[in-house]
Amino acid sequence: MAAKRRTDEMRDRVVLGEFGVRNVHTTDFPGNYSGYDDAWDQRRFEQAFRVDVIREEGDELEFDMVGIDAAIANAFRRILLAEVPTMAVEKVFVYNNTSIVQDEILAHRLGLIPIRADPRLFEYRNQGDEEGTEIDTLQFQLKIKCSRNSQAAKESSDPNELYFNHKVYSKHMTWVPLGNQTDLFPDADFRPVHDDILIALLRPGQEIDVLMHCVKGIGKDHAKFSPVATASYRLLPDITLLQPIEDEAAELLQKCFSPGVIEIQNVKGKKVARVANARLDTFSREVFRHESLKNLVRLARVRNHYIFSVESTGILPPDVLVSEAIKILMGKCQRFLNELDSVPME
Amino acid sequence: MALPCRKTAVRTGGNCFTFTLLNEDHMLGNALQYMVMKNPDVEFCGYCITHPSESKINFQIQTRGALPAVEPFQKGLNDLMGVRRSMKEYRAQREEEIFRDAI
Repeated sequence: MAAKRRTDEMRDRVVLGEFGVRNVHTTDFPGNYSGYDDAWDQRRFEQAFRVDVIREEGDELEFDMVGIDAAIANAFRRILLAEVPTMAVEKVFVYNNTSIVQDEILAHRLGLIPIRADPRLFEYRNQGDEEGTEIDTLQFQLKIKCSRNSQAAKESSDPNELYFNHKVYSKHMTWVPLGNQTDLFPDADFRPVHDDILIALLRPGQEIDVLMHCVKGIGKDHAKFSPVATASYRLLPDITLLQPIEDEAAELLQKCFSPGVIEIQNVKGKKVARVANARLDTFSREVFRHESLKNLVRLARVRNHYIFSVESTGILPPDVLVSEAIKILMGKCQRFLNELDSVPME
Repeated sequence: MALPCRKTAVRTGGNCFTFTLLNEDHMLGNALQYMVMKNPDVEFCGYCITHPSESKINFQIQTRGALPAVEPFQKGLNDLMGVRRSMKEYRAQREEEIFRDAI
């Protein structure tokens, strides 16, 4: 019985010890454990698999995926970061830049601005194509000149009063339709996601006049194409009290964990600690610093329960990003399967 | 964006194959390795990135007995697609439920 418990712990939990982490690697492959059938079974997988959306607010999405392995969860995270395409400024044609921001710095900054354009409406640009067509390019113009405000007070030193257009924001970028884009996208409103991104500062007489071409790309090529502010996951914490903990020890235990994890209940006049919500814990392992407590608690993580947190840059809503990521991995697998069928094996 | 996949046989007998997958990295490599290892006929499966500057992986499968190594590879890809399909269906189902509740 104890042996089975230990085996189950090895299979299901990643245990955080005082000086190291145990059972990190996935070991449930066929043949490793006698008495367990670990071969891949789609039906068994589907029975155990679950996706629960915990929180969906604006650009942030937090959801749980239960029943998958680290390899798949990580593949998912990597796709969200690097393989979901977006549109971003790639080429900047500088007609006039008399500001103190150098051309290449300005171009770099413009490239990092997230553009609200659904990348699914566009194609990738062909390699070697310099001009760009209406199906793969979005054109933006930034034309702004700073001038002196003759109405300002003589003693004023506030730049907002003294100058017009001295701050170049992303709201000054305007979409210039190419070819028949006005017909292709009649209701479209292509612009940067945020209006208040400061691009450059100007003084009277300085001017910026650039034309930008946005293309479709992926984060693997350049981080500006990444659609997520970040996408990360953590495993569900699992805190077990190996013995009942009471009175002062219970209060100390509560302080060792994040608020809300341990609650103190009044049982027959004594204060008894209980694990209320292990999910909230950030695992600072403070409990290992107390000799009286460190052997009474087992800190572990549930190996197949992933808490994903996806924050979008605003180009696409996060649930759309998740769907796109799933489609991309399926597309990859399908491509290799087709290759296998088409090329004869040696 | 074309993703060519070149295959080279390392050992004769067909039960050990090294595939070179171009334009791939840990994302597909690790996920596919996990799915192929779940196959009881596979004796060994591993992948490595030959050089970090080159975007390709060497994916090696060795099977027990005389099973040609291409089969676990295909099965792994199909199983991975199955995982993704369940994810999509699960999400679609949940969205339908949410939609129904909202009405």
